[in-house]
Amino acid sequence: MADLNEGDAIPELRVTPDKYLPHRYAGASGDFNPIHIDNDFAQVVGLPRNILHGLYSMAQVARAQTEAAGGDPRALRRLAVQFRGMGVPEEEIVVSGTVTARDGDRVVIATEAFQGDNGIVRNAEAELQLS
Amino acid sequence: MPVKTEAVGKEYPATTYEVGLEKIREYANAVGQTEPVHHDREAAKAAGFRDVVAPPMFAVVYSSPAMGPAILDPDVDINFAAMVHGGQEFVWGEPVCAGDEITTRAEVSEIYEKDGKGFYVFESVSTNQDGDEVVRATWTNIVRGV
Repeated sequence: MADLNEGDAIPELRVTPDKYLPHRYAGASGDFNPIHIDNDFAQVVGLPRNILHGLYSMAQVARAQTEAAGGDPRALRRLAVQFRGMGVPEEEIVVSGTVTARDGDRVVIATEAFQGDNGIVRNAEAELQLS
Repeated sequence: MPVKTEAVGKEYPATTYEVGLEKIREYANAVGQTEPVHHDREAAKAAGFRDVVAPPMFAVVYSSPAMGPAILDPDVDINFAAMVHGGQEFVWGEPVCAGDEITTRAEVSEIYEKDGKGFYVFESVSTNQDGDEVVRATWTNIVRGV
């Protein structure tokens, strides 16, 4: 069983989505909104460039939780997030988290994802069932 | 201009999604899930799954088709030009494996205004071919300057 107790930090997850990641994620998820895959379109509507899918960033937060639980996808029981700053390709994402409560095998983690000082997933809370 | 709330409680037709092995692999590769249970049938079975298991966030793939008509519904009246995906919650049940058939039902759960923004909250519930709940999702879209 993963050893996660109140106050513990979960292992940081670091990943740098490459330039074409939004295209692959669009294909994998079915979300072809042009703000994610068309740099020119994104700038016309006032964005700095094409931006990451929020649900891709959330998937990185989810991955950090299951990895903290030892890699079993069944461990992640709940994940709630707020999307705030926009994520962009070609910048490292850092997911961190801290255990805020433990009750038996049930663990609650406060977690977030940043690119530099830009919080792209904020105020997120995960519940893990350790086995 | 106040938000229109008449659509709260409105339900949408169920959608079904057949989960394919290669789709799970494609999704797992896109999000960086390299664990063998998401790619290799034997590894998944050895870990106690019926077949290759989807990463939890694959919920997006099978539940989104039910969400489209809800978000696009003229009765809900979202101003898409000013809309952002503000928040998301998933509560997972039974794991989803290749070969599963997932049915998803969506409804409008809340529409309200706060600090000059419109909040449009949808809930979807997905079940597998055995009737077991696999995920319950809350999708929050925010429209600036309503």
